[in-house]
Amino acid sequence: MKKGKLLTWVLILLSLVYILISLFLDWETGKEAGEFLKKNVIEMIAILPCAFILIGLFESWVKRETVEKHLGEGAGWKSYLWVFLLGGITLGPMLVALPVASALWKKGAALSVIIAYLGASAVCRIPMTIFEASYLGIPFTLVRYLTAIPLVLVSALMMGRALKGKMP
Amino acid sequence: MELLIITAFITAVSFIVNRKKTIIGIKKGFIRFITIIPALLLMLVLTSFALALLPQDIFARFLGGDNPWLAALMGLVGGSVAVMPGFIAFPLGGILREQGVLYMVIAAFTSSLMMVGVVTFPVEKQFFGIRFALFRNLFGLIISALVALAMGFAFGELLP
Repeated sequence: MKKGKLLTWVLILLSLVYILISLFLDWETGKEAGEFLKKNVIEMIAILPCAFILIGLFESWVKRETVEKHLGEGAGWKSYLWVFLLGGITLGPMLVALPVASALWKKGAALSVIIAYLGASAVCRIPMTIFEASYLGIPFTLVRYLTAIPLVLVSALMMGRALKGKMP
Repeated sequence: MELLIITAFITAVSFIVNRKKTIIGIKKGFIRFITIIPALLLMLVLTSFALALLPQDIFARFLGGDNPWLAALMGLVGGSVAVMPGFIAFPLGGILREQGVLYMVIAAFTSSLMMVGVVTFPVEKQFFGIRFALFRNLFGLIISALVALAMGFAFGELLP
């Protein structure tokens, strides 16, 4: 664990140093990477703090029992309905869905339910769906929903069973 | 922008109803944010270098090939390693469609883009461990492949 963290920081620092040197020596690739990094960081700064504030508020307001009751083991099929609705209204990319899923999990949601949530947020986010349907047509969206949703449910159940008791 | 407005609104309401809970919540969110920063930075750095190294027309070149199976495979690979928001990916899908790229190839790309994240892998691992991250991404890839296959049949691109 510690080794991985060190490696992460070393990689980040090396890349930043490379970009910095590129700026001075006018290396094309490094300069371009620097431009992209700037854009990416700005985009993240616009989304993530908001998402994490909302998740923090969720954690302080919602009781563990509530999550367990509706999304925990033995909460039944309704829990999947809930997470598909939640996935549909999740704003932003996987990077936002991951901490939401983690917060739900820490509050006692079943493993298969949070996997279904991650799948749902990838498959049927509403803003994304609107974009998709307007650029690629409603039939395209329809076919994707009809195949992906059942598959997400099946895979969530399979994964939930396979990973039970094997989580960190 | 919408997210900012929604967050501000919810935080304000929360603050009016219960000041203490709101402050605790914001603190909790802040701590969570701090803990993923290394993984997040690594992801951003990797993406930036990948974008800088790849030529601009790479998508059209790889996804427009004559062999539909190879093109769909390229779509899956491209979608898995790429990171781009939906408001860029779908207009791109529309452009690719006009250039004659098959629906099944576009589906392979957009679906794996949303379900598989090679570059978000460090972040996912940080939250749920490596086993979870591996399994989930693998399933995402399989689902994307099946969605692409379904598109191929639905739009008559795979019929004999």
